Amino acid sequence: MTYVNVRFDHKAILKLVKRQSAVLELGCGAGDLLSLLIKERSVRGQGLEIDEQAIYACVAKGLNVIHGDIDSGLAEYEDKSFDYVILNQSLQQIKHPDSVLTDALRVGRKVIISFSNFAYYKSRLQIFFGGRTPVTGALPYQWYETPNLHFLSITDFIEYCRLKNVRMERRMYISEDKRIRLLPNLFAQTGIFLVDRGL
Amino acid sequence: MKTKKIDKREEGVGVVEAQYFTIDSLTLESGEKLKHVTLAYETYGTLNENKTNAVMILHALSGDAHAAGLDIEQKNPGWWDSMIGPGRAFDTNKYFVISSNVIGGCKGSTGPSSINPATGRHYALDFPIVTINDMADAQKRLIDHLGINKLLTAVGGSMGGMLALSWLVRYPDRIRSAIPIATAIKHSPQQIAFNEVGRQAIMADPHWNSGNYYGGPLPAKGLAVARMIGHITYMSDMSMEEKFGRQRKNGTEPFKFTADYEVEGYLRYRGDSFVKRFDANSYLYITKAMDNFDATQWRPLQDSLQGLKTKVLVIAFKSDWLYPAYQSKEIVKACKRSGIETTYCEVDSTYGHDAFLLEIEEETHLISHFLKTVFHEYETA
Repeated sequence: MTYVNVRFDHKAILKLVKRQSAVLELGCGAGDLLSLLIKERSVRGQGLEIDEQAIYACVAKGLNVIHGDIDSGLAEYEDKSFDYVILNQSLQQIKHPDSVLTDALRVGRKVIISFSNFAYYKSRLQIFFGGRTPVTGALPYQWYETPNLHFLSITDFIEYCRLKNVRMERRMYISEDKRIRLLPNLFAQTGIFLVDRGL
Repeated sequence: MKTKKIDKREEGVGVVEAQYFTIDSLTLESGEKLKHVTLAYETYGTLNENKTNAVMILHALSGDAHAAGLDIEQKNPGWWDSMIGPGRAFDTNKYFVISSNVIGGCKGSTGPSSINPATGRHYALDFPIVTINDMADAQKRLIDHLGINKLLTAVGGSMGGMLALSWLVRYPDRIRSAIPIATAIKHSPQQIAFNEVGRQAIMADPHWNSGNYYGGPLPAKGLAVARMIGHITYMSDMSMEEKFGRQRKNGTEPFKFTADYEVEGYLRYRGDSFVKRFDANSYLYITKAMDNFDATQWRPLQDSLQGLKTKVLVIAFKSDWLYPAYQSKEIVKACKRSGIETTYCEVDSTYGHDAFLLEIEEETHLISHFLKTVFHEYETA
């Protein structure tokens, strides 16, 4: 199957999600990924999103979406309410990533996390040679306008999983529209992880 | 919001006439039986062959069945006219819209101002205590009568939202969805307190006469003051500032306690005009019904919702301090716990509680798309 005009990271996440599963997306934005999952995987989808205008966009797509922030909005779900909890580029923007990840692993049987790799080689070059906070395709914001509160690398996340006994079921590394297999912490712009509690 | 601007000139549903449905006997939550109960209602649009396109509009405290179009006598538009009609949120080209008054009211339905068939006199305080659930029961009898098995949605703001929650908890198999707007699972002490001041104002009016004022002078001052308090709670600090500022009225005499400021004049006008259209005893009964309402009366809301296929759209407004957003979030929390499909939006509005009657563009966007999805799912189920 080929998808025209579908973001490469969305396609990658699509591959990780089983048909007819229940999905909660934290920070679903305008609902593009959730719509894709409903269309292609017939999932039962629920979104959580803080931006009011994004809520209107989601509702226009026929999605179930709750207006609220991730930091407080996740605690209200029962254990294992969803097959997948997805954080697509939202982990960096939440206040307490550790407690949210802990809760996501409680609420979802599996958690899919996708984030921009801060240790991407172009970022490293900008810091090392330019002495500037990096601005790249995956991290496109100036320091004074970025919504990102946390910056992490692929190695950081892997280390986090080891430290917190989170089982990594699958990892995918991408840059632009390519899969990266060699030295991902250097060459991947985005890391996508399928993790669970391994129980 | 990037939605189509609603054209005010666009044709609504035109002139409408109230209809009446009579229930022989209605057993109330109190155990009392109310005989010959009349319910006033209006309908807009056409019921489709499979009866899958019916929507129930539920009004607030002082509302009535006249939600849309122009009434036959005064040609006044309905209280939610901008939401109901061809091409509007409740698109009458697609949906059959039912708007029902509540029992206990005074707008054509049986209430304390009605004649008690047992005595031939006005009920006054002999009218039994009614609850929000009793009101919903009577409305359920109406849709039985209309032959509708399942409503697409039960929707309303404020008390209408409580009615929608009552439908959701008690008749979940009779609705595909519920849309509670600017409402609460139960009243907070603050909400009860404001209602109590309103009731005390009515009862302190010497014309109230323990409820026996029919045929004599009305407790007009008391009811007007109750309404004035109500209006303060329906607005916000900001909406009052925008609407009135400290603007003085013309032609007032200073230091004579006349309505010096615009806001005073507005409240007096609102209070006085309310007296002409609303029964003081109904105000007592209905506010008491709201105070007594508790959607968790029997069990936690999430348990009542567990396993339901009903979808829920909850709407709150940022500046609403009478029904603050945290109360809507309580509903959302129960929905989350129960795992039912939920949409929630806290609309950024400065209108206060009145926003549910005024933020038409946002409500139209949310409701029209939500209903479209619900209707599609019903049709393909």
